[in-house]
Amino acid sequence: MNWFVTVVGLLLIGVIAWYFWGPKKGGSLAETNASGFQEAKILVKNGYNPSRIVVQSGKPVRFEFTRIETGACDGMVIFPGFEKSATLPAGEKVIVDLPPMKTGSYDFTCQMGMFRGKIIVKN
Amino acid sequence: MEAEKTQHMHEHHDHEHEMMTGHIKPEQGQQGESTEELEYRSLMKKWWLAATVSVPVILVSYPNLFPGLRELLPMGSQQLWWARLIMGILALFVVIRSGGQFFIGTWEGLKQRSANMNTLIATGVSAAWLYSLIALFWPSIFPSPEMADVYYDVTTVVTALVVLGSALEVKAKGRSSEAINKLVALQPQTANVVRDGKEVKVPLEEINIGDQIIVRPGEKVAIDGTVVSGSSAIDESMLTGESIPVEKNEGDEVFGGTLNKTGSFTFKVTKEQKDSALANIVEMVKQAQGSRIPVQKVVDQISSIFTPGVIIAAILGYIVWYDFGPQPGWVYALIVAVTTLIIACPCALGMATPMSLTTGIGKGAENGILIRSGEALQIAQKLRTIVMDKTGTITEGKPSLTDIVPLGKFTEEELLLISASVEQGSEHPLASAIVEKAKEKGLTPVKSEGFNAIPGHGVEGTVDGKMIYFGNLKLMKEKGIPLDGFNSYAASMADQGKTPMFLAINGEAGGIVAVADIVKKDSLSVIHELKSMGLEVVMITGDNERTARAIAKQVGIDQVLAEVLPQHKAENVRRLQEEGKKVAMVGDGINDAPALTQADVGIAIGTGTDVAIEASDITLISGSLEGVVRAIRVSRATMKNIYEGLFGAFIYNAIGIPIALGVLYPFTGILLSPLVAAAAMAFSSLTVVLNANRLKQLKLKFN
Repeated sequence: MNWFVTVVGLLLIGVIAWYFWGPKKGGSLAETNASGFQEAKILVKNGYNPSRIVVQSGKPVRFEFTRIETGACDGMVIFPGFEKSATLPAGEKVIVDLPPMKTGSYDFTCQMGMFRGKIIVKN
Repeated sequence: MEAEKTQHMHEHHDHEHEMMTGHIKPEQGQQGESTEELEYRSLMKKWWLAATVSVPVILVSYPNLFPGLRELLPMGSQQLWWARLIMGILALFVVIRSGGQFFIGTWEGLKQRSANMNTLIATGVSAAWLYSLIALFWPSIFPSPEMADVYYDVTTVVTALVVLGSALEVKAKGRSSEAINKLVALQPQTANVVRDGKEVKVPLEEINIGDQIIVRPGEKVAIDGTVVSGSSAIDESMLTGESIPVEKNEGDEVFGGTLNKTGSFTFKVTKEQKDSALANIVEMVKQAQGSRIPVQKVVDQISSIFTPGVIIAAILGYIVWYDFGPQPGWVYALIVAVTTLIIACPCALGMATPMSLTTGIGKGAENGILIRSGEALQIAQKLRTIVMDKTGTITEGKPSLTDIVPLGKFTEEELLLISASVEQGSEHPLASAIVEKAKEKGLTPVKSEGFNAIPGHGVEGTVDGKMIYFGNLKLMKEKGIPLDGFNSYAASMADQGKTPMFLAINGEAGGIVAVADIVKKDSLSVIHELKSMGLEVVMITGDNERTARAIAKQVGIDQVLAEVLPQHKAENVRRLQEEGKKVAMVGDGINDAPALTQADVGIAIGTGTDVAIEASDITLISGSLEGVVRAIRVSRATMKNIYEGLFGAFIYNAIGIPIALGVLYPFTGILLSPLVAAAAMAFSSLTVVLNANRLKQLKLKFN
C-alpha cells in the first residue's frame, strides 16, 4: 500500500467528480433583438460555445449555430424538449427558433448526446 | 402525445427560417464534395500516417521478438536507447498529426466542464507517451530497471486504430442518411419556362408562382403546379413509393422531383420551392430523424455521466493495482488505467438510437411513408389494434357501377345507355358513376326530356320517347311498377353492400343497376397480412350495419363499428384504448382528424402528395393501404435494430471495462493489452453503425 499514490488518486477522483458533475454556475445571457427574439450565437466545435445560455421566460428564443469543424459528431443539434432538430453544415449559419419557455432548464445535445448545452430560463 | 402534437402545429411556421438557410441543397464542401467525404479522406490520411509509423515503433518496442533486430539493438544498449528516442519523437508527431482532434476535443470539452470520447482517448494516449518519456530519460526513478520500458507502440497503434474506426464510421454514417440525400437530389436545378412567348431554360431560384413550364418526356417536373395543357403519365414513385405512373390531365396537380414518362405538357407553377411537397417531405424526414425516442432518455442519462465515470474507474484501477497488484506495480497500474480509458466507448452507446432511427425513417420515406417522430415509431411497434375508416381507406371512396341485371327485353348495354341518358343531368354522385361507366364503354348518352329528380326516390324523364323511372323500391311502388319477385335480386345486392336501383321503361321493369363504393384492389391482401402480423383489425364507418358488414366480409374483417357519426369516431377509439390496447387509426386525415389524434398512432392516408396533415403521426403519401403494413414493418424492424444496437453497446462496455480493469486477472491471469482495447473500441462503434445500415436491406413490399 502506497499512501502517496492512494491519496493523490482519491483526491484526483474528487476533483474530477466535482469538475464534471458539480454545480455549474453562470452562462451567457441572450440579447433581445429588435424583433423581440432573445438571440444567442453559438459556435459549434467539439461542443457548444457557449454551452450555457441564460434567457428570460415568456419570450421567444433564436439560436444561431455556426459549426466551424467537419467532424461527423456534431453535425446535428437536437432540442429534445421541443421535438426540434437542425442539421449544421460546416461553415454555415443555421437559425433555430424556439417558442417562449417557462422557467427551468432545457438541454440541447448533438445527435448522440455526447456534446451538451443547457438553456437556463429565468424570470 | 397530444400535447406534443399541438407543439408541432405551434412550431410549424418556424420551418420557414430553417428553409431559408438552404436546407434543400445537399451539403457541399468547397470542391463539390460533401463534408462527410472530406472528413473521411482527412481521417484516412491520418490513419495511413499513424499506421506507417506504427510499424517501426512496434519493431523497436519489442526488438527481442525479431531475429536480426535482436542482435542490432540488444536490450539495454545505447543503440536501442537512441532508436527509442527517435520512435518517441515519431510517436509524438503521430499523436499531433493524426490524433490532434482528440486533444482539441478534450480541451473544448474541458472549457465547458464536460468530457467526451476524445477525453478518454487523449488521456490514455498521453499517459502512455509520458510514461515512456520518463522511462527513457529518468529510468532511475523506477523501482526496478525492467519497469522502465517504453510504450510508444500503445501511443501510435491506439491513435491509428481509433482514427481508422472513425473514418469507417463516417463512411457508414453517410450511408445512413443516404435516403435524405436521394430526396434532395430529386430536385432538378433548371426548368423550361415560357417567357414572352418563348421557351427559356431558367434556374430554379428564378421561377415564380404563375410561371408556365413545359415538360417533355423523360424530363423531371421542376416544381409543384397545375397542368394547363397537354397530358402525360408521371412516375411519382420517388414521393409516393407507388410504382405505377399516374395519369395527368388538364387541371391535375404535378409535383416537383417527379419524372414525366410519356407525353408533353405545360403546367402553371402554384407553389414556391420551399412550400413544395418535396421540400415538405425533406423537412419532415429531417425533423423525424433528429427526434428522440423515449428509450433514449435512459441512454442520455448514462452517457451524461459515462465519461467522467470511466476516468474515475481508471484512476481507481490504478490505485488498486498499484497497492495490491503484482510487481512491478507501476507498470500493471499504468496498463490497467490506459486500457480502461481506451476500451470504454461512449460513442457506441450514444450512436445506437440515432443511427437506426435515421436509417429506419429514411427507409420509410423511400417507400412513401412519412413517420413524424421517433416516438411514433416506438409506439407503432407496440400496436395491437388497427382501426380503419371504411370510406376512402378500405374502399375507393367514390361509387362505381358494379352490376347491370336485365329483367325484361332490354340488353345490358341498352339499360346502361338509358340510365346514363336519364341521369346525365343529375348531380348525384351515384349518377356520375353510371355516366362514367357508359362513357368508358364508348356509349354516348342521348338527350333526355322532362328530367326530374324526386328526392329520396330517384329520377324520371323521357329518353327516345320512352318514359323512364330510375330509382329505389319506393319509387317503383309509388309508380305502380310490377316487380314480380325481382326484388330478391335487389336484396342480395344490398347484402353485398351495393346500392341497387330499378330502371322502369314505359311502366315495365327493365332491369336493376347496382352501384357501390368498391374496395381497393389491395385491401383484402393488406388486411390478411396485418392479421398474420398478429394485429386485430377493426372497421369503423358511418354507414349502416348491412353495408358495413358486406364490405367487412369482402376484405376479411370480423369487427365492425357501424353507424358511427364522424364526431364519435374518436370516442370509439378511446374505448378500444381503455381495453389496454395500443390503437392505430387509419383514415384520410380530413374527416378523421379527431380520431387520428386520439389514437396512439394516427396514420393518415394521403391523397396524392398532400403531406400537410398535422393530425397524423404517420402519413402514407400514396393512397394504397399497403403503406400501413410497410409502416408497421419498418417500425418493428427499426425498434428491433435500436434495441440490438443499445444492447450490444451496453454489453460491450459492461464486459469490456471490467476486463480492462483486470477482474479476470486473479482467476485466469488475463490482462488486456491497450492495443487489443483500441481495436475492440474502434470495432464496437463500427458494429453499431453497420448494424443500423442493415436496415437498408429491409424488404417492405409484400405479395
